[in-house]
Amino acid sequence: MSAPAAPVAQLHEVSLQYGKTCALNAVSLEIPARSMVGLIGPDGVGKSSLLALIAGARKIQSGQIEVLGGDMASRDHRRQVCPLIAYMPQGLGKNLYPTLSVIENLDFFARLFGQAESERKTRITELLRSTGLSEFGERPAGKLSGGMKQKLGLCCALIHDPDLLILDEPTTGVDPLSRNQFWELIERIRQQRPQMSVLVATAYMEEAERFDHLLAMDDGAVLATGSPAELLASTGCESLEQAFITLLPEAKRSAHKQLVVLARPSGNQEIAIETRGLTMRFGDFVAVDSVDFRIERGEIFGFLGSNGCGKTTTMKMLTGLLPASEGQALLFGQTVNANDMATRKRVGYMSQSFSLYAELSVRQNLVLHAQLFHVPATEIAARVTAMAERFSLGGIMEELPERLPLGIRQRLSLAVAVIHKPEILILDEPTSGVDPIARDLFWQLMLDLSRNDGVTIFISTHFMNEALRCDRISLMHAGKVLASDTPKALMSKRELPSLEATFIAYLQDAVGEQAQVPAPEATEATPGAAAKTLKRKRFSLLRLFSYTRRETLELRRDPIRGGMALLGTLLLLFIIGYGISLDVENLTYAVLDRDQTTTSQAYALNLAGSRYFIEQAPLHDYDELDRRMRSGEISLAVEIPPNFGRDLKRGAVPQVGMWLDGAMPMRAETIRGYVTGLHAGYLQEMARQDSAATASTLPTLEVRYRYNPDVESLNAMVPAVIPLLLMLIPAMLTALGVVREKELGSIINLYVTPVTRLEFLLGKQLPYIALGMLNFVLLVIAAVWVFDVPLKGGLLALMVGGLLYISCATAMGLLMSTFTRSQIAAVFGTAIVTLIPAIQFSGLIYPVASLEGFGALVGQIYPTSHFLIISRGVFSKALGFAELYSYFIALLVTIPVLLALCTSLLKKQEA
Amino acid sequence: MEQLANIFHLGLKELRSLQRDPALLLLIIWAFTLGIVTAATSMPESLHNASIAVVDEDRSPLSARLIDAFQPPFFRPPQLIELDQMDHGMDSGQYTFTLNIPPDFQRDVLAGHSPAIQLNVDATQVSMAFTGAGYIQVIGAEEVSAFLRRYRAELPQQAQVAIRVAFNPNLTRSWFGSVMEVINQITMLSIILTGAALIREREHGTIEHLLVMPVTPPEIMLAKIWSMGLVVLLATALSLLLVVQGWLQVPIAGSLPLFLCGALLHLFATTSMGIFFGTIARSMPQLGLLIILVLIPLQILSGGTTPRESMPELVQQIMLVAPTTHFVDLAQAILYRGAGFATVWPQFLAIIAIGGLFFTGALLRFRKTLAQMS
Repeated sequence: MSAPAAPVAQLHEVSLQYGKTCALNAVSLEIPARSMVGLIGPDGVGKSSLLALIAGARKIQSGQIEVLGGDMASRDHRRQVCPLIAYMPQGLGKNLYPTLSVIENLDFFARLFGQAESERKTRITELLRSTGLSEFGERPAGKLSGGMKQKLGLCCALIHDPDLLILDEPTTGVDPLSRNQFWELIERIRQQRPQMSVLVATAYMEEAERFDHLLAMDDGAVLATGSPAELLASTGCESLEQAFITLLPEAKRSAHKQLVVLARPSGNQEIAIETRGLTMRFGDFVAVDSVDFRIERGEIFGFLGSNGCGKTTTMKMLTGLLPASEGQALLFGQTVNANDMATRKRVGYMSQSFSLYAELSVRQNLVLHAQLFHVPATEIAARVTAMAERFSLGGIMEELPERLPLGIRQRLSLAVAVIHKPEILILDEPTSGVDPIARDLFWQLMLDLSRNDGVTIFISTHFMNEALRCDRISLMHAGKVLASDTPKALMSKRELPSLEATFIAYLQDAVGEQAQVPAPEATEATPGAAAKTLKRKRFSLLRLFSYTRRETLELRRDPIRGGMALLGTLLLLFIIGYGISLDVENLTYAVLDRDQTTTSQAYALNLAGSRYFIEQAPLHDYDELDRRMRSGEISLAVEIPPNFGRDLKRGAVPQVGMWLDGAMPMRAETIRGYVTGLHAGYLQEMARQDSAATASTLPTLEVRYRYNPDVESLNAMVPAVIPLLLMLIPAMLTALGVVREKELGSIINLYVTPVTRLEFLLGKQLPYIALGMLNFVLLVIAAVWVFDVPLKGGLLALMVGGLLYISCATAMGLLMSTFTRSQIAAVFGTAIVTLIPAIQFSGLIYPVASLEGFGALVGQIYPTSHFLIISRGVFSKALGFAELYSYFIALLVTIPVLLALCTSLLKKQEA
Repeated sequence: MEQLANIFHLGLKELRSLQRDPALLLLIIWAFTLGIVTAATSMPESLHNASIAVVDEDRSPLSARLIDAFQPPFFRPPQLIELDQMDHGMDSGQYTFTLNIPPDFQRDVLAGHSPAIQLNVDATQVSMAFTGAGYIQVIGAEEVSAFLRRYRAELPQQAQVAIRVAFNPNLTRSWFGSVMEVINQITMLSIILTGAALIREREHGTIEHLLVMPVTPPEIMLAKIWSMGLVVLLATALSLLLVVQGWLQVPIAGSLPLFLCGALLHLFATTSMGIFFGTIARSMPQLGLLIILVLIPLQILSGGTTPRESMPELVQQIMLVAPTTHFVDLAQAILYRGAGFATVWPQFLAIIAIGGLFFTGALLRFRKTLAQMS
């Protein structure tokens, strides 16, 4: 590998623009190898963009980036080094799969990197033990607390022994104890693998002190580089936090003032928040175990605890989002009631994960929340401006939150929480991932609110310097409050110099020896040579199956979806098979008999005898005819003229009038056919009575209905409905496969792991092909045994056709999924490209040959048309491969075309 | 008043979200313009371009006359084939009809015998099988009669039948197809938009945020209903005016405002349905599947594709629960037959009832699922 001296990454004049904003401005720097490099700087200065570029997750716009001795603009090089780079993106568990358990998530990543089973097992056990997640191995990732998700994210990044580990704010929202464990873990790995370089972006200056080398950034440019000691020396500051502030340009620095915590005017206050034995159970699991506290009006109450200890749950109970299992929560002396609108207006809440509207701009979010809290319309503009100023959101008011860095999103969430001037603020880790300056600004605001406006603040945090600013704090662990007092009192109680040490001491008491992670013996599995070679393959079945396995697991976790697909199609086969009867019957008609003779009655009787028609009450005049036809009550009106019988006998050729309802042309055509036939029949009958000789000269037409002698709709329809269902359902099943990952963030794994686009797509497609085949088999069984539709041809041809067809259908879904950006659009798009072509253009009702225009074109290439012919051919006409080969070929060709389209629409890097 | 304000502002928010999704907007525009044109113009007349092959074993003037009678647009030019080609051609679906004219056909006709022509019909093409066979029968009889008329003066006396088609004299398919397609799009879009908007809020955690604010579940629901309903209603009105009347030149007999009133009620029902599904499904993949499973019967069995009265009684009864059944009914009455409110009020009532049912159901489920969620 690279010599110690050579940098692991070199950037030359790298710039990045998002629309009009410049994220990076001609950055040139070197990142030394075999060391721990920290990237520090305020929120939104381009740290994450820089990391994403180095990791190869984002496309280079301009400049040059060399990582691990090659150009990251080259696709070949990226493929080469991808297995050597691990990248953990920002955000709580963004790259994880929420329905998969902790172990399954890890296993998925291990497989992506081509590890053998024994290796995977050792690594997963080791990583879980090091991070204290061992007990939670079976828990779905979505049910983990924020900090635990971060740990799992790190484990996933570390699974494959990278040479370059890139961590974007990895400890955001992680409790101090775990944070220690986290860095110890990285330290241990570095000892075992000294060639590994680590690049970390962080907002915790205490952490930055541990690093070998720091890069301070601001406004898309690097301000200073050097070791922590060098930075301290050059700025003449005592702490990195100060040094960091000193490094900033004057304009930004001036906004920052040393924070002064004023003492709270003492006592005699009313109680704002109170809980009595508050308990929350989820099944057997006690998340919050009889928690009691009383918080006075105007107090800042800090809530500290390990990850997953029940802080968030407690807060949700206070807001009424979760009803308590036991005990009481009182706000302003009144029990929390989810339906009490008046109380809601007095409370501001900020949840841990970003939960504002990503599709609304910053300003629109602020305005919307002000409106929903019924801030008077005249004040809204001023209030929004004030918030923008207070939280330094001025420059980004028109941006969409999804494009903003975590720190700034947090500020926006806070601004939203206080925009209606609440009396109580419940804030769940509001400052996680926020830079030090912004944090101080935010605390300034909170102190203002508390001291001047008497706002009660209930806040959870992992920053000890923030905890110190609270009036009182509670330490929580495993659902229980361990201690509750002023920070100073707690410290003196344990006789420890810092709050962090005090906190850790309390926690260790509570968990006993568990927290002491035993130093691991050098059990790290050496990566097998087999794994190494596998990594460089252009196409790997192992990676493909990794996605297949994951997709299958997700499908199995969601039995409703699979069940709905199977049962739903059977039900639809039944309803549509019976319902879509094309023999037009039970037509309603009425007679306007203006002759009223036996001849005219005989004529009318001729109609009544037909099985197609149902006679309604006779008509009396034209008005009635018009009215009843308009309302749709009758679809045929027969007018027999006066003197019909007499004229007929005289040979005067009387004229019978027939009015058809043309609103539905197909029905009208059929009726026209029927009445012409009936009329002809009547005449023939008459002629036969007249003279036998003349009638017999006309040739007879012997009609033979082939393949379906009784012209039973069911026999014709069932083999046609099966292709219809097998297009719509499998396509909808895969339609969200890709776009869902895009929307929820896990698409990043495609960007930064060695998996190729085709492996990714095929891996996702396979389980749905399997499900589709199962579905197909069930439908065929139902058709043959329940509907008694004869299957005349060979089963093999039908199954092969089905397999090809389902592959087409699932690929159609994937295509919509890669094409769209939101899940809604994918669902709608899939409905559009499947429903109409499959129902109308594929020969279900009208033969494809008789279609016209664009529909005819679609019908000729649409997979349903081909499979419909195969299905009908095999079911009704006893045909096989020999006769139908061209349709098999058409399907066979469609699959690679669709997949190629998908691959070209899918990006391996973020644009 | 505050409630109305909430509903209004939340609805505006929905519209803004929609505006941020260009792919979705594009699909909506497609659905209400080209989607309708495509569906309307490619629908064949019931017997149109039918493929027919003739095995002519007679090769007489009469048989030639008969073959010439099969003309476009009803039939493609007949293919003359040999007897042994017939089976294969039908098996592969090349010909829907084959006509076998026996040897000595003309002679037998003139001799006053009654020779039989054999007509093979591919009955898997159910829609064409009947009408086509009927046409061929009529054509055959006419041609033979005309042929005979030259040889014999006297034919049996007849009564004529004058068939007049009301509302759509030429039975132009696109008149029917275009409006039914508009209805399909209305239903599809409104259900998907509202259902998915709800699931999206749940998946992104934003609904949790709404629930700590002074906003109630009915307000959240109504906001989605009015905003998405408005989008679809506007699209419908524009589509009917510009695409159906303008581009496709379909005459609309009745009152457009009355139809739009019906569409409004229908949207109330379908958007409520959408939200109802949104409360049943737990994730977008589930919702997508649920929606497609519902849309298929709504599109096929509401009477917009095949006539309702021909469906089995049970299916007819089941489909009465679907708002589309009534909407298709009233749309046909108003737009084609020019019916007024006096005629279609029962359908209006039915749609209101169904809408109310889904709305109540959605509301009950909404409270329940929200309690489980957080």
